[in-house]
Amino acid sequence: MSTTPETAAAAAPAETDTAGHGDISVGVKTSGGSGEATASATRITPGNALRPEDIALAVSRGTAKPSDDVAEFALRLGDDALILAQRLGHWISRAPELEEDIALGNIALDELGHARSFLSYAGGLDGRSEDDLAYFRREHEFRSVELFEQPNGDFAVTIARQFVVSYYQFELYRRLTSSTDATLAGIAAKAAKEVDYHRDHSAQWVLRLAHGTEESRQRMIHGFKVIWPYTDELFRDDELTGRLSEAGVAPQPSSLRADFDRLTGEVLAEAELEAPNVQPAPGGGRRGLHSEHLGYILAEMQVLAREYPGASW
Amino acid sequence: MTTPEPHAGNVWPIWEVFVRSSRGLSHVHAGSLHAPDAAMALRNARDLYTRRNEGVSIWVVPADAIASSDPDSKGSFFESPQGKDYRHATYYTKSEGVKHL
Repeated sequence: MSTTPETAAAAAPAETDTAGHGDISVGVKTSGGSGEATASATRITPGNALRPEDIALAVSRGTAKPSDDVAEFALRLGDDALILAQRLGHWISRAPELEEDIALGNIALDELGHARSFLSYAGGLDGRSEDDLAYFRREHEFRSVELFEQPNGDFAVTIARQFVVSYYQFELYRRLTSSTDATLAGIAAKAAKEVDYHRDHSAQWVLRLAHGTEESRQRMIHGFKVIWPYTDELFRDDELTGRLSEAGVAPQPSSLRADFDRLTGEVLAEAELEAPNVQPAPGGGRRGLHSEHLGYILAEMQVLAREYPGASW
Repeated sequence: MTTPEPHAGNVWPIWEVFVRSSRGLSHVHAGSLHAPDAAMALRNARDLYTRRNEGVSIWVVPADAIASSDPDSKGSFFESPQGKDYRHATYYTKSEGVKHL
């Protein structure tokens, strides 16, 4: 996380930066005078959006401080996104086509960005950094639900998981944009746009695999059968979500279900598929109870930071 | 799970990608990619060529739909206009008394 070159480059000037996004354009030529022989055919600009670094900065300055409940909620969403990013990252160099490799890598990086924002904010409660939270917590301290740690399987299983995740996340983030917590609303506003594209990406593939060959259709059906038991846990309310809902911070998970069912149902109908009628998995991720997969993911994700604390490259 | 069929050599066709930047100029050629159809080509183009905020519009064109000039005809195609100064306005002297030139 903070050890990646992109972050390292952006972090250095942040100490003196008071205007917000002035540091991101380092190394990016924006003058773009016409007729430069060496100019790229297309013009690169950094754009302007809320970045994880902005949140970390706001937290360190004390201008953004989560309550206990909000921090716990941010931890849940951050862990969901972090574990999925780690899963998707495994596809890099292994996707069916080079173009799809990059598409999945882009989605993984979007999710990692959301994770960094949510975890940076969650850490504001007790001064822990995003890296402290990602690399130095143990399995039972993670708050992600089981869906996100499910193995990639074949491409169809990954698409089935991504389809469920993106439709769920879009409904959640869309509502979070009107949260009474300004930082959560800001993170969600940026994330919703990205997740909207993830919906399109996975829906496109659901349709193609379902209407492709007999083999691809069978694999898509199998993918949904494997993934669907884990959808139920996404929509379970508990005491925390009840309190957050009353405070106008976040919607009750159960309130997302109708829109999720309707919108995923439209795509499944077009694909001539049905949501599998399966028994929901018991779940428990929000309380730190995980399937057998999470420990292995964490071992791989955390080993370098733990073996070489403070490592950077 | 069944073993996948060995790769049958069915490669996705190539598409040429044109991106219009936010400057509001014309679409310019950015590169090419593989995709099974136009809808996926647009999405792949978005993922490959607009990752750094490069554009506000994308065109994709099947590569085999583009007719291109023959590189071997460079002489007859592109060198023959050289030296034809009279095709440029600067070749001519302005006549006296002509306004708005």
